[in-house]
Amino acid sequence: MRVLAAMSGGVDSAVAAARMVAAGHEVTGVHLALSKNPQSYRTGARGCCSLEDSHDARRAADVLDIPFYVWDFAAEFQEQVVDDFVEEYRAGRTPNPCLKCNEKIKFAAVLERGLALGFDAVATGHYARLVEGEDGTELHRAVDPEKDQSYVLGVLSQKQLRHSLFPLAETPKTEVRAEAERLGLAVAKKPDSHDICFIPDGDTQGFLSRYLGEEPGDIVNAEGVTLGMHHGSHNFTVGQRKGLDLKIPAPNGEPRYVLRIEPVNNTVVVGGREDLRVRVMRGIRPTWTQGPIEGPWRGKAQYRAHGTPMDATISLANGELLVELDDDASGVAPGQSVVVFDGDRVVGSATIDDAR
Amino acid sequence: MLASAVGASPSEVVFTSGGSEADSIALIGGMAARQAEGRVRCLVSAIEHPAVLGMTGRGAEVLPVTREGIVDVGAAVTAIDADVGVVSIMAVNNETGICQPMEDIRRAARARGAWLHTDAVQALGHVPIDFRSSGLDMMTLSAHKAGGPVGIGALLVRRSVAPSMVGLGGGQERDIRSGTGAVALAASFAAAAHEATAGLAEESARLSAMQAQITAASRELDGDVNSDLAESAPHITNVTFRGVRANDVLFLLDQRGVFASVGSACRAGVHQPSEVLLAMGRTPDEAAATLRFSTGHSTTDADVDRFLEVLPLAVRQARNAF
Repeated sequence: MRVLAAMSGGVDSAVAAARMVAAGHEVTGVHLALSKNPQSYRTGARGCCSLEDSHDARRAADVLDIPFYVWDFAAEFQEQVVDDFVEEYRAGRTPNPCLKCNEKIKFAAVLERGLALGFDAVATGHYARLVEGEDGTELHRAVDPEKDQSYVLGVLSQKQLRHSLFPLAETPKTEVRAEAERLGLAVAKKPDSHDICFIPDGDTQGFLSRYLGEEPGDIVNAEGVTLGMHHGSHNFTVGQRKGLDLKIPAPNGEPRYVLRIEPVNNTVVVGGREDLRVRVMRGIRPTWTQGPIEGPWRGKAQYRAHGTPMDATISLANGELLVELDDDASGVAPGQSVVVFDGDRVVGSATIDDAR
Repeated sequence: MLASAVGASPSEVVFTSGGSEADSIALIGGMAARQAEGRVRCLVSAIEHPAVLGMTGRGAEVLPVTREGIVDVGAAVTAIDADVGVVSIMAVNNETGICQPMEDIRRAARARGAWLHTDAVQALGHVPIDFRSSGLDMMTLSAHKAGGPVGIGALLVRRSVAPSMVGLGGGQERDIRSGTGAVALAASFAAAAHEATAGLAEESARLSAMQAQITAASRELDGDVNSDLAESAPHITNVTFRGVRANDVLFLLDQRGVFASVGSACRAGVHQPSEVLLAMGRTPDEAAATLRFSTGHSTTDADVDRFLEVLPLAVRQARNAF
């Protein structure tokens, strides 16, 4: 097969590419330039789209003796991922940009361009398993539960999965590093990337403030009584406790949490921990790995990248995904993605519109 | 000896580490010397190499170019007054291959006492060079563009012209450039320059024939041939293929063993839209659809045949991928 190996400059994608070479495929490495200012160097070890990462990827391709290219997706990334991220916060929601990037860039724009240029598949260093089943390609959780990334891949369609390869599916991370060491890859000891790649310093609030500025508003309780002020509702997310700076304590003395954000009147609503509990999530824009399932069916739902999957009854009604949990969930924010599983198998995803 | 290959006298040759350093000395050192005489203006064309164009960051004014990629001679002549210290116009553009008209600009510069510099890196070995009869004050050359080693270039400087030293040191090269002479590199440079200029007429005819073939083939693919809009050097063909990403064509050619270029320099491995094409009035989309095909002394007819065989495939596939 002619395989396009997406190489971020990290150890996972480098080993994934190496395994494709070892399997006898005709492999070409490609690094996606996602930042408009690729000159920026990492200060910590958190980003994944700096100039340094591009050089790391190039050196790995050199060791593997495969052709290597840099593809410029900065404009698409800005529009589809960064601008969307900012707009979601402006609307009072909490988006996950990694899912958006997988859905719109890595497994869409890149895959389409790769197929058009004569490749058969795109290989990445994601930790998830692909299984050929009766109804096409199935997406399953990785063997290493610590590294499992099936949640952020939950948005992929059957067409995208059919042309994807995840060579690290069965391997624990420690083995991947050891393999990189054996292959002589300089990235063997490179730290894992965390957080959001386009916010390398991890200061999401600072990043958002540059786009959204300061917009003071009220912090109120569920009864509408004003308890304090905030400098911009984008500084808050559902379930957040820190940074509220409320002068008036709750009558029962318990800590207060953000319950919801109301962008229209720029108000942050707070309440007790018990008010954060939800049982039902309604998701819009559902995606399916193998096709829609009306249900209701019994499965598991996960609404955070490293969250615990929860038992639920899942159905599709009026084009929306309804997830009824067996137990209470806490801190569910609109804008987050809920990914639904049948055992280890990803069935689909949706963007949470509301939870109650 | 390098001097005799380019019509200069030995004392006019200042060896440098390459073209970029030679340009820097001509512009930065040249203006430092001229400012002492009260000449504060510096003029550079809009399609210069970054080693010249970078002078705009130090106050240089930009001379416009036409859609054909030729410096606007009228604008240049008008702009040259008694306050101008250095004017820099390249001999052959590195992306389009278009030769720049010097004569009227040279007359204006001479009449008003401005030094005229030309970056002739792309000219050496491809178009005739005679520094003495050119009437130019300074000329940049680089060895590796004429088959010599990377790491050496030269600034030819007329005896009556003295740019200031840009770096500190002993001033070994006419008090213009310091550092111990790189004798082996200089000897290689000279040998390459002689080789490249001795058979220039035949080589030029050979490359011109290849250029004509590439131009015709590009037009059959609805390409706009930018290198054919004015007199150009024979070794560069510059083509805009509408409805492609030039990078895709590059990639598809590369996969078939043909190495081309999208013209402009890359930053972090990402090609930026060509400043030269933008200066020529092209849109960013047109610039992003433009490729540069270069030939040289090692290019054979078989290479060109192979290229002409794969070019239509690459352009068609890239159009489908657009």
